[in-house]
Amino acid sequence: MATTYFTEDHEWVRVEGGEATVGITDYAQEQLGDLVFVELPETGRTLAKGDTAVVVESVKAASDVYAPVDGEITAVNDALSDDPALVNSSATDKGWLWKMKLSDESQLEGLMDEAGYKATLE
Amino acid sequence: MAQTGELKTLPLDAMHRRAGARFGAFAGWSMPLTYPDGVMKEHLHTREKAGLFDISHMKLFLVSGPGAASALATACPFDPEALGEGQSKYTFFLNDHAGIIDDLIVTRLGADRFMVVANAGNAEIDQRHLELVRVDLAWTLKPLDRVFLALQGPAAEDVLKEAGLDLSDLTFMEGREPREGWFATRSGYTGEDGFEVALPPEEAEAFAAELLADERVAWIGLAARDSLRLEAGLCLHGQDITPDTTPLEAGLMWAIPKALRANGRFIGAEALRQRLAGSPEERRVGIKPEGRQPVRPGTVLFDQDDREIGRVTSGGFGPSAGFPVAMGYVAGESRPGRQIFADVRGKRLPVEIHALPFTPHRYRKG
Repeated sequence: MATTYFTEDHEWVRVEGGEATVGITDYAQEQLGDLVFVELPETGRTLAKGDTAVVVESVKAASDVYAPVDGEITAVNDALSDDPALVNSSATDKGWLWKMKLSDESQLEGLMDEAGYKATLE
Repeated sequence: MAQTGELKTLPLDAMHRRAGARFGAFAGWSMPLTYPDGVMKEHLHTREKAGLFDISHMKLFLVSGPGAASALATACPFDPEALGEGQSKYTFFLNDHAGIIDDLIVTRLGADRFMVVANAGNAEIDQRHLELVRVDLAWTLKPLDRVFLALQGPAAEDVLKEAGLDLSDLTFMEGREPREGWFATRSGYTGEDGFEVALPPEEAEAFAAELLADERVAWIGLAARDSLRLEAGLCLHGQDITPDTTPLEAGLMWAIPKALRANGRFIGAEALRQRLAGSPEERRVGIKPEGRQPVRPGTVLFDQDDREIGRVTSGGFGPSAGFPVAMGYVAGESRPGRQIFADVRGKRLPVEIHALPFTPHRYRKG
């Protein structure tokens, strides 16, 4: 069964069987506004926690999305190349950004659960 | 632009909050950036119907008195005497190096009365620039306290008429005072037909509410104002034109009458004449990225041989164009179609020089 974690940078991290799917939260997409381009990384790239993994571009500005933990990118959401607005319309589902194989599952302990994340928004 | 200190609040701030606006700092003001519809829909709405913008951050100055025309002829590279009553003109304040201190629109209201509309961020500098002007005849400079609204889009004329403000007699770049304390021009910053209306703050909420009661009208935030003006190829002062750029590189010489280029006595005239004797090192151009990825202000531009040739000064996505749009300066060939490259996070993105505007202007000319 999957467990979902959250970061202070407004990302969600859904973990199942040593693999994490990462996206930005609904709050984040709302703050960014209409997305017009998502720069996706290459699969196979190794990321350290805090590295820029993806750049999301709204009409007005570009924003970095960071790797929440260490790992290797196993898949990216190619549907976003044609339809970046999926991140706006379905931030936590169809608008996922990338999947990664976790190098160190203990890093997940530093992330928040949904209640903890929601408390940071208040 | 970095801002310090407390932000100024628009007189209609509460109205924007009720409309669900998201706010941000711009030129020292807390401004509505977007409303719940979002920048994309707001932008398209303006081109299809009528967008209502609160531009009260902009500054209106009334310049009047027997020396008013003479003072403006010194302060700006334009000929106030050639301006008929009710006509507006786009012009500048230049510094001693012919750099653009600000761009503005001057409207002649009477024999010796002119309205100057200037940018928010430059209001104090502009006022100092004007106050330093010395001419023989007396004139006064009066900063006005107004709410300033822009209604832009194909339905603008009709909406205003139905709201009791018939401005259909005006054509593009004409203005007048339709009521006591009011000022209106047929102009704007979107490339669409439209109007800018300044009115006393105490009358503003009722007027805005009346306009918004028309189903063709929606509030439009600063984010869409920026994407609209960028598609229309219009400059943002502080970004596309600055005190370090002259009207020559900026491609804005059309605003300066030929006679004045040779004989004008405006501030910056000598420096501009020297610049005109040579050819500009770089020119302002439109830039269209080949793919879907936008290029942003500050992005460095390279030619085919990897030589640095310029920079992006404004860039984003054009909702009406349907592709990313940008503006910047390049050295060398500036003809549309020239293929160059933008450095985006270490990658060389192919872009081409594109004619401005990206979307055709739809001004109502006489």
